Amino acid sequence: MNRQEEHSIYGVMARFDTPTDVVRAARDANAAGYRQVNAYSPFPIEELSEAIGFHRDHVSKTVLLGGLLGAAGGFALQYFTSVIDYPINVGGRPLLSLPSFVPIIFESGILLAAFGAVLGMILMNGLPRPYHPVFNVPSFKRASRDAFFICIKASDPKFDPARTRDFLAGLGAKEVTDVEA
Amino acid sequence: MADTIENKGYVDPRPPVIGSGHTFESLTAKIADVVFMRRFQKGWIFGFGIAFLLALALFNTIAYLVLKGVGIWGNSVPVGWAFDIINFVWWIGIGHAGTLISAILLLLRQSWRNSINRFAEAMTLFAVACAGLFPALHTGRPWVDYWLFPYPNTMGMWPNFRSPLMWDVFAVSTYATVSALFWFIGLIPDFGTMRDTAKHPWQRAIFGILSMGWRGDARHWHRYESAYLLLAGLSTPLVLSVHSIVSFDFAVGIIPGWHATIFPPYFVAGAVYAGFAMVLTIGLPVRKFYHLEDFITLRHIRNMCKVMLATGLIVGYGYLMELFFAWYSGNTYEQFMMKNRMFGPYGYMYWLLILCNILVPQLLWIKKYRDNLLVVFVVSMFINVGMWLERFVIIVMSLHRDFLPSSWRMYTPTVFDFSMFFGTIGFFLTLMFLFLRFVPIIPIFEMKVMLPQAKVRSDDKSQAAEGDKGTLGGAVPQFGD
Repeated sequence: MNRQEEHSIYGVMARFDTPTDVVRAARDANAAGYRQVNAYSPFPIEELSEAIGFHRDHVSKTVLLGGLLGAAGGFALQYFTSVIDYPINVGGRPLLSLPSFVPIIFESGILLAAFGAVLGMILMNGLPRPYHPVFNVPSFKRASRDAFFICIKASDPKFDPARTRDFLAGLGAKEVTDVEA
Repeated sequence: MADTIENKGYVDPRPPVIGSGHTFESLTAKIADVVFMRRFQKGWIFGFGIAFLLALALFNTIAYLVLKGVGIWGNSVPVGWAFDIINFVWWIGIGHAGTLISAILLLLRQSWRNSINRFAEAMTLFAVACAGLFPALHTGRPWVDYWLFPYPNTMGMWPNFRSPLMWDVFAVSTYATVSALFWFIGLIPDFGTMRDTAKHPWQRAIFGILSMGWRGDARHWHRYESAYLLLAGLSTPLVLSVHSIVSFDFAVGIIPGWHATIFPPYFVAGAVYAGFAMVLTIGLPVRKFYHLEDFITLRHIRNMCKVMLATGLIVGYGYLMELFFAWYSGNTYEQFMMKNRMFGPYGYMYWLLILCNILVPQLLWIKKYRDNLLVVFVVSMFINVGMWLERFVIIVMSLHRDFLPSSWRMYTPTVFDFSMFFGTIGFFLTLMFLFLRFVPIIPIFEMKVMLPQAKVRSDDKSQAAEGDKGTLGGAVPQFGD
């Protein structure tokens, strides 16, 4: 049976006021065995993503893929047009004039690599996603201003509404709220 | 580097990167309020009005140009390229500072770029937009500009990929696209902040769509920082390559004054020079009128002056080398080209160039003048003019007298050359004014990262990890910069 269906809430959220507090809370939650933990902050905090157990991201792979595709595409375009389809003999110079192909290969590589970075990041983040349960918490507006949040999801195996709420309160949270799904 | 300065009781004599006394909330309020205030300020309306009038002059000129043809300009054989290409290179050069500030300073972990990078990058985008108008419209038949792009066509033809003009098409398009992406990505978290701060539903809707549902999830931030850093890493060689490719428009040609291998580094340095001058030209008034002295401090201004001084010296070295090449080559045509530049009919432009680009900026060696905002502003205006003159000297003076004396002609710009140029300045300023009004000028989240209360104080063993690793995207300020 789906644990989230058992509880009609998405999770329990706790608010903190400083980066130090939220990182410590995240580490404590991780130490207590919670794995489905989300953390929210108005600016990037490296220690925070590590504390909830997130280490590797794959954006660099999409960038590399984009770059290689772009460069290959740029080369293929110029090769096909200048060597096969529309060759122009200028003083017997080689049709596969690689040095003159380099600028465009380079630029198209960079272009697709940039798309790889942007699209990779946005899609891997699951964006665009206008609705998310956490927006149901009124004080979550401050997540983009000056507050820091930890949310333990109901789908976590160790989740129990009452116990998890108490646990979060015990970590020194300024406010503990249920998040409606 | 990261942690020892506070501990040793060392007091950094330099002005701070961010004014003291701010909290997360006060920072957000100060920057977001500019966007959310109800009325338009009189100063903004006045500036926008003038800019828009000039932009209208631009649109009129463009209409007349497309209707009547390139003959309305002063371009004529042998000076086939004049104001059109001068302006193109000038604008693209200006754009490069934005990318340098956004990308290169990020990679060099200079946290002072955090406050100025957004409006510098906006400046890049608008400058590239203005630049792009010129190649598009200076073609004889602008309505077939799409022939520049490689598409399968009924003529059975393909563009000539071996030409720098084609390389330009790819380079400038890529540059515009990547800059736009970089700028927009930087804005996503701030759009989230604006969405959460907005009072009216329609404001929330617009910022909501633009922010794509950003919620500040730590995992998302991690990927975000990766993408941002990678984009910066991509933009750096991009900026270097784009202006090198633009310089190839000339360097690959054969006339004296154009055919020089020094052009790529010389142009790139010149672009950074011109760009920083424009950042200061725009940034100093913006700082004053929007009361951003806490975020754009004297440290920023001093650093930018130093960058300008350094790149100005590189440009000066370029001029010196051109003189040297002309002499050392023993080539009659090169030597004549140099003599013509200095003592020919346009000689006054060359000396004006030396004054504006080499002599006046040397004032920046003096610390008192680096701290004097009026002096810095005036010097940056001189550099803006000087860089325009440099392109004039390179393009027009090399073209009007090349190998064959019977082909020599003088060049005279027409009123439409001027109206188009000043029109693009108006267009640029119009876009800047719109940006200042509707978008947070300073990256809110990047500024928060620099506040002392943003540091994670670890009391235990994780302190060791904090110093070296936490610099992704300038996220943790490096006090040693």
